[in-house]
Amino acid sequence: MRLSGEELEVLSILEENHRIPVQDIALMVNSSVEDVSAIIKKLEDEKIIVSYPALIDWSKVAGEENIVAMIDVKVTPKRGVGFDEVAERIYRFPEVTSLYLMSGAYDLSITIEGKTMSEIARFVSEKLSTIDNVISTTTHFMLKKYKHDGVIFGENNDRDRRMVVSP
Amino acid sequence: MMKEHQHYLSGMVKELKPSGIRKFFDLAASIKGVISLGVGEPDFITPWSIREAAILSLEEGYTSYTANPGLLELRQEISGYLNKRFGVQYNPVDQVIVTAGASQAIDLTFRAILNPGDEVLIIEPAFVSYAPLVTLAGGKPIPVSTHPSNGFKLTPEQIENAITTKTKAILLCSPNNPTGTYLNKEELTKIAGVVEKHDLLVISDEIYAELTYDDEYTSFASIEGMYDRTILINGFSKGFAMTGWRLGFLAAPQPFTEQMVKILQYTTMCAPHMLQHGAIEALRNTYHEVESMRRSYRRRRNYIVQSLNSIGLDCHTPGGAFYVFPSIKKTGMSSEQFAEELLLAEKVAVVPGSAFGESGEGYIRCSYATSMEQLQEAMQRIKRFMDSLESKENRVQELSTNN
Repeated sequence: MRLSGEELEVLSILEENHRIPVQDIALMVNSSVEDVSAIIKKLEDEKIIVSYPALIDWSKVAGEENIVAMIDVKVTPKRGVGFDEVAERIYRFPEVTSLYLMSGAYDLSITIEGKTMSEIARFVSEKLSTIDNVISTTTHFMLKKYKHDGVIFGENNDRDRRMVVSP
Repeated sequence: MMKEHQHYLSGMVKELKPSGIRKFFDLAASIKGVISLGVGEPDFITPWSIREAAILSLEEGYTSYTANPGLLELRQEISGYLNKRFGVQYNPVDQVIVTAGASQAIDLTFRAILNPGDEVLIIEPAFVSYAPLVTLAGGKPIPVSTHPSNGFKLTPEQIENAITTKTKAILLCSPNNPTGTYLNKEELTKIAGVVEKHDLLVISDEIYAELTYDDEYTSFASIEGMYDRTILINGFSKGFAMTGWRLGFLAAPQPFTEQMVKILQYTTMCAPHMLQHGAIEALRNTYHEVESMRRSYRRRRNYIVQSLNSIGLDCHTPGGAFYVFPSIKKTGMSSEQFAEELLLAEKVAVVPGSAFGESGEGYIRCSYATSMEQLQEAMQRIKRFMDSLESKENRVQELSTNN
């Protein structure tokens, strides 16, 4: 779908920060609140805006740290439905946070999150590996998140180092 | 025993007034938790690939002097950039000089062209350094006031009125600091007519050329007949978010650059070598980042202009740079008083318009080179401040009516 310049502008503002009030977005793009609301609704209806998740660094919250694993999966595609059917079976598990079909050495890349190692191990051995089309799995545990979805995690190195007033 | 120190100092330097910005900086810096709209530089950090190129340059040991006018490789890039972006052609060998910031380029220019007593027209409100740099070069700065009624745009009549037999040059800055005013091709062409008629030079400070929001940028040197009369000043500070690098450049007909190189030779030798490698990378590979910063400023400009107007601070929509220059005349305060009270009451730093010359009085400079969150908060605080002034005024009126 081809978008207008204004629609693209609204999209990129929301991508940067979806908490900016519609009134302020309207000022930023020189438009009316009604028009911007209509644009946002259209983008949501068209599933161009898929969701508005908060990006949370759970590793900073005591007792809430998650274990994240990325699993490379080789599967046998099924006649007629290719990889889609097996992908659907996998992404329906709530512990799966992302799933991509890949080119190269393996077919599916899965990211899962769990509270403990054993939770992850159980998912791999009991749920994932037992699916008929799954040939093999290779599990990588994520040790530290530096950057995710374009956002840098950890210490804030982007603090404003400028003087308060300058020419 | 040494005589009193004052006795040794240059009279000319002693007479220079310290920048009005410096005075306000000291006050703002002494208060914690300030939201600053007083900053004349991008809020973005220099794009990573530029920083990386400078790091690599150091690692590879480029720690020597370069040629006085800068690395030829960089001058070639600058020449290509000026041609591609603005359609002006300069020979990188003898028409382009890399300087330590655009301010040094302006300094070199005045030193190269001015004889004692020569007058230079400075279009006010103006960047704080222009007039002192003319004075330091032995010239006489002549302020030319512009008016808010037409968005602080310079008109040919204003130049005509200021011209004397001693007028040698005009310093143009478009988009302008502090008003953000942008002059389009048609407006520049009209100015060019007066320039030609009176046989003047133009020092065109184009440092904000990458930051125009509604029109394509027109370089003064590209206006018909103006190439030979223009000294084009530009740099990396604003468009490429490289203020602290102090890298600028100028491009001009060879008779000018020939003299300027001599001054450079005897004063600074050259701009820092390793940083020039960063600048090469900036021109070669970061245009998409410049474009993304420009888009971000544009959104913030729209937001701040409409917000200030709705608060009741009349503000024209500037065509470029990252400043707005709203009027505070209706408060009855001087710009310095307004800025100071706003800072003390709501911890928002803005720069008094008087810092940019007499015609800046009655205005404040707000920079929107700061995050949207900070801008939103600043607008709320300014609104609260304006409301408090209004309720104070109402109380005074009530009291006087009752009495």
